[in-house]
Amino acid sequence: MSGPDGLLVADLSPGASAAARERAEHRPLLAVENLTKHFPLKGGLLNRTKMVVQAVDDVSFTVASGETLGIVGESGCGKSTTARLLMHLIALDSGSIIFNGRAVGTADGLSHRDLRRQMQMVFQDSYASLNPRLPVAMSIAFGPFVHGLAKPEALKRAMELLAAVGLDPIQFSNRYPHELSGGQRQRVNIARALALEPRIVILDEAVSALDKSVEAQVLNLLVDLKAQFALTYVFISHDLNVVRFISDRVMVMYLGKLVEIGPVNRIYREPQHPYTQALLSAMPSMNPRRRTLRAPLTGDPPNPINPPSGCRFRTRCPFAEGVCAARPPALLAPPGEDCRAVACHMRVPGSGHSRAAAAA
Amino acid sequence: MADAAVLPADAALKRAQQGKSYWRRVWERLRADKVTLAVIGVLVVLLVMVVFAPYFTLHDPYAGSVLRRLKPVGTPDHWLGTDEVGRDLWSRMVYGGRLSLLAGVVPVFLALLIGGFLGVLAGYAGGFVNSAIMRLTDVFYAFPSILLAIAITGILGSGLQNTILALTVSFIPPVIRISESVTTQVRHLDFVEAARASGAPPLTIMRYHILNNVLGPILVYATSLISICIILAAGLSFLGLGVTPPSAEWGLMLNNLRQALWVTPLVAALPGVMIFITSMCFNLMSDGLRQAMDVQL
Repeated sequence: MSGPDGLLVADLSPGASAAARERAEHRPLLAVENLTKHFPLKGGLLNRTKMVVQAVDDVSFTVASGETLGIVGESGCGKSTTARLLMHLIALDSGSIIFNGRAVGTADGLSHRDLRRQMQMVFQDSYASLNPRLPVAMSIAFGPFVHGLAKPEALKRAMELLAAVGLDPIQFSNRYPHELSGGQRQRVNIARALALEPRIVILDEAVSALDKSVEAQVLNLLVDLKAQFALTYVFISHDLNVVRFISDRVMVMYLGKLVEIGPVNRIYREPQHPYTQALLSAMPSMNPRRRTLRAPLTGDPPNPINPPSGCRFRTRCPFAEGVCAARPPALLAPPGEDCRAVACHMRVPGSGHSRAAAAA
Repeated sequence: MADAAVLPADAALKRAQQGKSYWRRVWERLRADKVTLAVIGVLVVLLVMVVFAPYFTLHDPYAGSVLRRLKPVGTPDHWLGTDEVGRDLWSRMVYGGRLSLLAGVVPVFLALLIGGFLGVLAGYAGGFVNSAIMRLTDVFYAFPSILLAIAITGILGSGLQNTILALTVSFIPPVIRISESVTTQVRHLDFVEAARASGAPPLTIMRYHILNNVLGPILVYATSLISICIILAAGLSFLGLGVTPPSAEWGLMLNNLRQALWVTPLVAALPGVMIFITSMCFNLMSDGLRQAMDVQL
C-alpha cells in the first residue's frame, strides 16, 4: 500500500522538476466539471421521451488528496446519483470527471477499469450489497481476483482486510452475509472497497442504516482506515452531525444543483445560502433551551421533472424575489471569502436582489 | 499489514477454501427431509430398473402370444398379466420406462440449457436484447404447451426424436420466463453494482454473482416440469403422435390397453399408475428441492 506522503507525486518520475512537483501537489485528486445527468421518462405508444428528470444538473467540485468531502441534502437531491456518476456506474450526459489530472473515459485518459482500481464505493444497504451466496471473504477477494490476482493471494488479502476492519478473519471469513449483523456487514463492505487499494472511497450513506452506537464505531473505523491507508473520502449522508464529524469540507445539494460548498466549520457556523441555513437549523440541538420551535422549511422539494425557473430553491425560499425566478444564480465565492462558494443572488453584489450588496 | 495477522490468516484461508459451500448446506437440509429422500430413492430404483431392464425381466417385451392374450394380474409366469397381443406386461412396463423417462427428462434438460441461457442473458442484458428475446417468447406463449407439441409433431411426424423436439420447444418459453424474471430481480441488487464497480467484465459477474443466485429457482422449476413433460409425452403417444407401436411406452400402452378396460381393468390401468407414480415423485422432489434451497438469505 502506498505511503501517506506524496500520493499525487507518486506518478511523477524522480527526475521531475520542482515546479512540476509543486503543480502536482496542488492538483486536486478529483475534479468534477459541469456534471449533468438527466433521466428520460419514456412512455406512450412509440416509447418517446416524455419528460426528463434533472437528477444532477451542472455540478462542479474538486476533492483534494487526503481530505473528506461531505455531500448533504434532502433525499432526491441527487447525492446518490452523483456518487454513481463518479463511479461511472451510470453514464453521464455531459461534463467531465478528471482523476489525478487525467480525464476519465476519454481516448487518451483513464479507462473505467483503471478508475475503478483507484476509486471504490460503499453502498448504503449493507445486506443487498453483498452476494448472499458467497462467503464474505470471497466477496472481498473478488475485486483483486478480477484484477488478476490468483485466488489464494486474493483470499489472503481478504483475510488481512477483515483484520483491518476489526473482524477476526478466522471467525468471519467463512460466514455468509445473513450470518452477520448490520455493522459487521458494513465492515465487510468497507473491506471490499479497500481490497483494490483505492485512493478515494465514496461512502454513499454508508452508516445511515446502522443504529447509533454501531454507527459511531464504524465512523471511528473509517477515520482510522483513512489514516492507515492514506485515503480520500467522499462522504454522502443526510445526517448533518455525522457529516460535521467526519468531513473537512461540505457540499450542499438541492434538487440536482450544488448550492453551497466550503470548509465544514465555516459553513456550519455561518451558512450563506438560505437552504443551507434552513437545513442546519433543522438539526436537533442538544441544548433544550435552543430547541427548534418553528419549522425551518415547509413542504417537499419541487418535482425535479419540472424544476422552477431560475434558482431552484426560490419556491421555498423566504427571501425569493423577481430576480430569483428570472435567472439561475451562479456558484460564486461570496465577498471576502476565498475557499467557499455559494449559489445565491443575495450574495452577489449588484445582482438585483434587494438584500444583495450594491455593485462594487 | 501486521505480521501477526498472517499466521491466523493462513489458517482461516484453509478453512475458507474447504468451507461449507451453499450447495453443501442444501445437501445437508435435503438429507434431513425424509419424504424427499424416499422419493429420490424411488426414482433411483426406477432409473436402475429401466437402465438394466434385461436383468429385471424374464420375457421379451415384444414377443406376443395369441394364446396368452389379456391374462389378469397374478397369472403364473406373467405376474402382472399380459397385454392385448399377449406380451408380458411387467417386461413392457420396465422397457417402456426407458422411452417414457427419456421423453420426460431429455426435453426438460434441453429446455433448461437453451431457455436458461436465453433467459439469464435477457435478464442481465436488459434493454433491446431483453425485448427481442421476451417478445419472441410471448409469441410461443400464446399456444398452450400441449397444443404446441401436437402442432409440431403433427408437422414433423411421430417418433421419439420428434416428440423430444416438440416438447423441448414447448418448454423453452416458460424456462426463459422464469430465468429472466429471477435474473432481473438479482441484477439490480447492490452487490452486482459493487461487482461492476470493482471493474469486473459482464461474463465474470454473471459467473460469480448472477448464476449462483438464479440457478436454484430455475432448477426447481425445471424439476417440476419433468412431471408435466412425462405426462405430455405419454399424452402424445396416446394420441398417436409420439412413439409408434410396437415400441413399449407408457402412454402408448395405455392407449392400446384402453379396449381391454372391461376385460382386465387392473392390467389396463397399470401403465397409468406408472405415469402417476413417476410424475408425482418428480413433483415431490421438486418441492423438496425448493425447500432445501430456500436456505435463509
